[in-house]
Amino acid sequence: MATTEQRTTYAAPGHPDSPVTLRERYENFIGGEWVAPTTGRYRANVTPGTGETFCEISSSGPDDIELALDAAHAAKDAWAQRSPAERAAVLDAIADAIDANREMLAVAESYENGKPVRETLNADIPLAADHFRYFAAAVRAEEGRISEIDDQTYAYHFHEPLGVVGQIIPFNFPILMAAWKIAPALAAGNCTVVKPASPTPWSILKLCEVIGDVVPAGVLNVVNGPGAEIGKALATNKRIAKIAFTGETVTGRLIMSYAAQSLIPSTTELGGKSPNIFFADVMAEDDAFLDKAIEGLILYAFNKGEVCTCPSRALIHEDIYEPFMERCLERIRAIRQGDPLDLATMIGPQVSTAQMEKIESYVKIGRDEGAELLIGGERPEVDDDLAGGFYFEPTVFKGTNDMRIFQEEIFGPVLAVTTFKDDADALAIANDTMYGLGAGVWTRDGARAFRMGRAIKAGRVWTNCYHQYPAGAAFGGYKASGVGRENHRMMLDHYSQTKCLLVSYDPNPMGFF
Amino acid sequence: MADRVRATEEALEVIERLRAAHGPLVFHQSGGCCDGTAPMCLRADELPGGPNDACLGHVGGAPFFIDADQDRRWGAPTFVIDVAAGASESFSLEAFEDVHFVTHTPSEGL
Repeated sequence: MATTEQRTTYAAPGHPDSPVTLRERYENFIGGEWVAPTTGRYRANVTPGTGETFCEISSSGPDDIELALDAAHAAKDAWAQRSPAERAAVLDAIADAIDANREMLAVAESYENGKPVRETLNADIPLAADHFRYFAAAVRAEEGRISEIDDQTYAYHFHEPLGVVGQIIPFNFPILMAAWKIAPALAAGNCTVVKPASPTPWSILKLCEVIGDVVPAGVLNVVNGPGAEIGKALATNKRIAKIAFTGETVTGRLIMSYAAQSLIPSTTELGGKSPNIFFADVMAEDDAFLDKAIEGLILYAFNKGEVCTCPSRALIHEDIYEPFMERCLERIRAIRQGDPLDLATMIGPQVSTAQMEKIESYVKIGRDEGAELLIGGERPEVDDDLAGGFYFEPTVFKGTNDMRIFQEEIFGPVLAVTTFKDDADALAIANDTMYGLGAGVWTRDGARAFRMGRAIKAGRVWTNCYHQYPAGAAFGGYKASGVGRENHRMMLDHYSQTKCLLVSYDPNPMGFF
Repeated sequence: MADRVRATEEALEVIERLRAAHGPLVFHQSGGCCDGTAPMCLRADELPGGPNDACLGHVGGAPFFIDADQDRRWGAPTFVIDVAAGASESFSLEAFEDVHFVTHTPSEGL
């Protein structure tokens, strides 16, 4: 991985040259303060770039969830009574703090998760800030509705906060996925108890460090620890009014069953196996659009494939398969893999050994079921100082959609490619999956793009683009990909009660008794 | 129908300890994002097998379920349940021992 080109690499957090300060251990963030876990236990937190431990994080128990809920319930009435303009001002102040600390948060998240710092600097962190601004604006623009039932009777509809909510965050975008959940909850007037993912408990605490002064105490609480213990303690707690979860399907079923037992709402986002469809006309010209489409295929390696909407199935028209894949493979060979804190790095390590081993097992499954390995498939050679890291090469298999590597979300940089004959064939393959979170359609024919986009059973169909997540574009799943939407003002409804005041101005009795 | 799942000796030892600590157990093969391909070990009453689940057999006395559609789409494979270092992110009970169960699909069958 040595190169003669000039590169810029950020120093590791805690180093005097790093923008990120580092403490030896981190407690929970409860009621605006750092609170040691009642268990007295801490767990080593590892950077996937080298496999080294860089700090200790609280390993909390159910009692710590109770402490966080105490703080949230103590804060909820005052927070709910703040005007939308006041709540929006807090969200804007969070966004300003994120912007002011963009580099620090980007390096922290990259170091903890393994995603390249060029992604966190340019996507994760700016999008997180924008998300808070979007919901600050949305809640200012929120209005109730009035129905005139008749000229003496009126239904006034008000949005009211749910109260205290529980939110469980995945490891793949530790700060952005937290922002997606926290911003609408707070905007709608709720307080929250957040449980970060076990592999990435720290970067969100760095966020708490910089927004602790602008968020009223108890409105936002973060508790770290094992999912089996505190995730469950949060999700089953009678003192939450809603639970939100992003993760895998069995825990999704558990979350929904816990919600059913408490009679509270839940929202779940459970992943996908997203088709990315390339029609023959993408190669009609050798131009910027073709270049964009090639990049669109290779976005399967974005965030080392640890994305719920990873475009992990590429469907390519049979007439262009050979020349198009040749161009794509050439670009894949040029991917620079290595230290996530190096600005030139395009793909970093997987988040954990467990994820890396899972990817290896799926490469074996792909080979066993007869898929053709076009590139990758191994752990790469890396510099000696990265030898303990969890790296896996960007990998491409060619096969058919009935293979297991086409049907299961591998959550790594593994692409399964197949061909199609015509629009109907493409649509049938695209929809032949349990999941329905994302999809991509690439064509120069606008009418075809529209028809395909409407027919694909997925919550988000990127059309001539992929992996863009602007606030204001609703995101969520069809089928087994979960229930609910994020990233849109409709989230305010997911975090609100509807109060109807039905008012009669008629002085006369109804006449029944 | 013959079982399509078994567990390694190491996994059976963990299962036995979990049963002693938590009571009767159930396994569900997960799917989807994050820890999606892992088998989840839960208390038996936590998530019983549902009408759309297939039971592939038992490991250490605990029934092993998979979503029937997922099973079909995966090609009705055989599974060997093993254990690896490091806690998973999920609610699976073996996290208490700082290990996680993994599902292997042996190319030669059980």
